[in-house]
Amino acid sequence: MPRAFQIQAEDNVATLMDDAAAGPVEIIGASKSTVNAPEKIARGHKIALRDISANEAVIKFGVRIGHATQAVPRGAWVHLHNLTSDLDERSGTLDLHSGAPTDTSSAYV
Amino acid sequence: MSEKISSSSSRGNEAQINQSLLTSTATKSWNGYLRPDGRKGVRNLVLIVYTVECAQHVAHAIANGEEDTHVIGFPGCYDNAYAIRLMLALARHPNVGAVLSVGLGCEYTQPEKIAEAVRDSGRTAEWFFIQQSGGTRTSVAKGKEIVARLREQIRRDTPVVPMSLADLTVGCECGGSDGTSGLAGNPAVGAFFDLLVDAGGCAVFEETVEMIGLRGHMLARAANAAAKDQLAAAYDKAEKYCRSVRQWSVSPGNFAGGLTTIEEKSLGAFAKSGARPIQGVIRVAEQPPKPGLWILDSVPDEHFMQFGYTNPNDTEGLMDLISAGSQIVLFVTGRGSVIGSPVSPLIKITGNSSTFHAMHEDMDFDAGRVLAGELTLAEAGRDLAALVTRVAAGELSKPEQLGHREYFVMYKHQETPSLAAGCRA
Repeated sequence: MPRAFQIQAEDNVATLMDDAAAGPVEIIGASKSTVNAPEKIARGHKIALRDISANEAVIKFGVRIGHATQAVPRGAWVHLHNLTSDLDERSGTLDLHSGAPTDTSSAYV
Repeated sequence: MSEKISSSSSRGNEAQINQSLLTSTATKSWNGYLRPDGRKGVRNLVLIVYTVECAQHVAHAIANGEEDTHVIGFPGCYDNAYAIRLMLALARHPNVGAVLSVGLGCEYTQPEKIAEAVRDSGRTAEWFFIQQSGGTRTSVAKGKEIVARLREQIRRDTPVVPMSLADLTVGCECGGSDGTSGLAGNPAVGAFFDLLVDAGGCAVFEETVEMIGLRGHMLARAANAAAKDQLAAAYDKAEKYCRSVRQWSVSPGNFAGGLTTIEEKSLGAFAKSGARPIQGVIRVAEQPPKPGLWILDSVPDEHFMQFGYTNPNDTEGLMDLISAGSQIVLFVTGRGSVIGSPVSPLIKITGNSSTFHAMHEDMDFDAGRVLAGELTLAEAGRDLAALVTRVAAGELSKPEQLGHREYFVMYKHQETPSLAAGCRA
């Protein structure tokens, strides 16, 4: 079973240590559990450990890393499509897969 | 009882480690090179400094095939105080024994002034203008003669003295980060930095723009009120800078690797600082005034020309750390990298074991073993300390073995007290 690492007990996301297909993911680290991922999640990416509502803080390392832009169900992939920085106004506009800017026609802003 | 460490470096004397002290890296000693200012180097290099892009080819041609000879310089014909400070800090670095400065002959920065500033530090330095020496071939031949003479002199005359972690300044930055950098790569460096600081050494980490979102955390680590003020000022400057350029220190590769926000990346980056108090903030080309843990601020200060980019690439960050006197630099990369550095050996660390195996030619240390449960973070810190010690004793790091010496400097402005009044004629 693919594994995901939870750093602090209060974290509501964990980091995938293996590529995960849709299905169960073993949570290790600060807590032990199994979470069902409805979609595939790549290694290094984040999985929601519980339901997170829109505008709620996303917590990793025990610290707020931004806020959810929509409701995020337990097990979901947490990335640019549903999590945005509290500071960096461009992060919500980046391409989900490549991370490339989409808010400008020029790469040289 | 002593054990000789065999070394593939050109160091004449082989490093010796006292076997009875092997259990304690903190007190382990090896041989280094004593400089006139009392600092100790882990390499004994001749440094060639070009003073304009026009002299760059000749400088590299002189160094080509020469042992223990590295090249730095500044491409601009019009000079820049920040770049001059950085070059002088590298030219008077503990790993450098002697300097040859090469100019074309019509640029602002004068190789003679560079040589004078280096001589003021007690080192031997020579210089020439290409325009006064003939052309490319004659200048290269002349330069090679000088380099051979300088190298012979520093190998003969530099006092060899015992060194330990207490004599080391080690710098660290991360780049090409992925989800493992904050989980294993940077925390392993943090564990090593704690050991280094406890042993009386100096640890320097940078990327204040990658501490965005962590103001409270950072300030809580300040060693004293003065350090807290410095940290607050550096943080506020970095955040203002990022807002003004609409560029936060996150790249497409970071997102592809699973990082989503600058705050998340910051936390992972900050993990390299370990757990000791932060003594304060230094700027590029400044040495930490006392041992302990320091942050290096490379963000440009305000200037009417608005020039300078805070973090244009990984190599610039390494140059900044070396300019602070780091005899060894560490680079943490989850996605992998093939860079090296002139002046100070670079040790490349990854928290991603797949990257380590895929790029084993280039990567020095696999901190991903922590995630696999093969060793604890504390053990990784000790392992890294042992590697740093071996490299300090003369073992070549992977980038050194491969001949990587990437170098980068740009026009920038920082309000730093001047080391010298520039190097104009």
